[in-house]
Amino acid sequence: MPASNELEPSVSPTSRLPVIGPGHTYASINEKISAIVLLRGTTFGWLVGFGIAFMIFMMMLGSISYLLYKGVGVWGINNRVGWGFDIINFVWWIGIGHAGTLISAILLLLHQKWRTSINRFAEAMTLFAVACAGLFPVLHLGRPWYAYFLFPYPNTMGMYFPQFRSPLEWDVFAVSTYASVSLVFWYVGLIPDLATLRDRARNWFTKTIYGFFSLGWRGSARHWHRYESIYLLLAGLSTPLVLSVHTIVSFDFAVSIIPGWHATFFPPYFVAGAIYAGFAMVLTLAIPVRWVYGLEDFITDKHLENMGLITLVTGNMVGYAYIMELFYGWYSANEYEQFMVHNRVLGPYWALYVALIVCNIIAPQFLWSKRIRRNAWWLFGISMFVSVGMWLERYVIIVVSLHRTFLPSGWGTYAGTFWDWTLYIGTMGFFLTLLFLFIRLLPMISMSEMQMLLPGASGAPQKGEAKS
Amino acid sequence: MKPSTRSRYYGVLAEFASPAALVAAARATHDAGYRKYDAYSPFPIEELADAMHDHKNPISKIVFFAGLTGACVGFGMQAYANLIHYPMNIAGRPLYAWPMFIPITFECTVAFAAFTGVLAMLALNGLPMPHHPLFDVPSFSQATQSRFFLCIESADPKFDPEGVRKFLEGLKPMEIHDVENQ
Repeated sequence: MPASNELEPSVSPTSRLPVIGPGHTYASINEKISAIVLLRGTTFGWLVGFGIAFMIFMMMLGSISYLLYKGVGVWGINNRVGWGFDIINFVWWIGIGHAGTLISAILLLLHQKWRTSINRFAEAMTLFAVACAGLFPVLHLGRPWYAYFLFPYPNTMGMYFPQFRSPLEWDVFAVSTYASVSLVFWYVGLIPDLATLRDRARNWFTKTIYGFFSLGWRGSARHWHRYESIYLLLAGLSTPLVLSVHTIVSFDFAVSIIPGWHATFFPPYFVAGAIYAGFAMVLTLAIPVRWVYGLEDFITDKHLENMGLITLVTGNMVGYAYIMELFYGWYSANEYEQFMVHNRVLGPYWALYVALIVCNIIAPQFLWSKRIRRNAWWLFGISMFVSVGMWLERYVIIVVSLHRTFLPSGWGTYAGTFWDWTLYIGTMGFFLTLLFLFIRLLPMISMSEMQMLLPGASGAPQKGEAKS
Repeated sequence: MKPSTRSRYYGVLAEFASPAALVAAARATHDAGYRKYDAYSPFPIEELADAMHDHKNPISKIVFFAGLTGACVGFGMQAYANLIHYPMNIAGRPLYAWPMFIPITFECTVAFAAFTGVLAMLALNGLPMPHHPLFDVPSFSQATQSRFFLCIESADPKFDPEGVRKFLEGLKPMEIHDVENQ
């Protein structure tokens, strides 16, 4: 029986760069990915990174404690600008999360093989970003301990249902469905890999923990058959779901009559912006991780280049939307809309608007160059610009539209306070803490899916192998 | 077959080195008339379902009907709340504002379909099942790593330990193991 030990790298016909490094076998893929969790142990570098992230996370908890003690008055929000950092950060985080679902669901349906090595990682990023996002609207309630009022439930007040005709209520359903379906999708993808870790674990404790969560998976063909169909269906369900979530987030704005918000093109504009910000975040995280853990064989330059291309495309879609916003303001022939556009570009927050244009429209144009797209550090820098730019975009949309109301007597300004900033930066610590734990405890690349990229994995007879 | 054999053996397990060898073995097993057998691999193998004539898969139907139920529950809940349970006149706007019900109806559809589908997959697969006789075979831990297994089970009407062993040897596996029931 000829053993299929040396296999050629899998190259998809349309690509010039391979999606997996040369010389890998079924066993080597498993060894390399599981060793990060099982054999590498807790390194000094990991401890330092985790420690810093954890301290920032503690800052978040401190900020929340003070907020609960004093009330939302500690934030910068006021009578004119009722949605400040909390809603900016909510939209920013949830947008970041969308790239994970895009990579895991939409690219799966489109048969993009290069998604395989980054999907687990990106889905984890989705979950952690949604966890950060979910904090903000709940804390913004003022009395977050009554957050369960948002859900329908039987109660003694006789009002079993919330107001279903409000977009803010749609958000509750959209975000909670998104978070829970993403979690299930991620977990279903993890089951076979948890079983691999169970079988490779060296000590009783590790074996028991991974064994518990792998549910007794044994790789049966009949199980795989059902598993694959539900995985594909989850991808099919997640695809419209992810589009619906940011569409509904944009409805929070578009359904109102505030100048600068009341626009029919908000849903596609927001979805493009979400994917843009999300891919920037995947690049920001994947580039250092692949460097630290030596995963260049699995997250190849091909992956970086493709992510760069998606960033470029969605960045230009967002740029188009910015131009259309200016056009709509003029074309509406409505003096409030026209004033809003004027005030956005030349008003007190003009500097933020200029910074937004530099970060979101000018910075990604460098990605037209193939050399820059294939250079990890250039990509890293550009993705940082995009992350900042997307935060500024939400700041400009929310604050600039609200700080000049219809009556000049209600005009004022807005700025985040110390507690706004500690909460915002603190959520980054929360996000990174979860990410460090994920990298340490779970396989960050799907082993079973990587194995499927090797030639012969479909079960068709290979060259030099007897067909019986 | 004697009942004692059935209780002692779970089945006979053969170990292969490549997906193609496993597919060929599964095809031969099915052609030889065995029906209670299963293949084990670290990743899904495209050709295996065909070789094992394993085409029955109710998952997509379950997901469809669960989604339909979710849509009805979601829409029904909102219509009931606004029309019957607590009709609230806000500036004369219509109570039956059905376009406003669509987003939540959609979210309920997806949530019902996804959760029911995953639970159905686990239930049909008989998971969670923390222990299984196959886990007692030491080399079976390779089934989630880099080896490919085929097990003919003692529940098969044609099962007799000697005959099955001989049959599996004919498929030229790397190794053959007896799997005992506990």
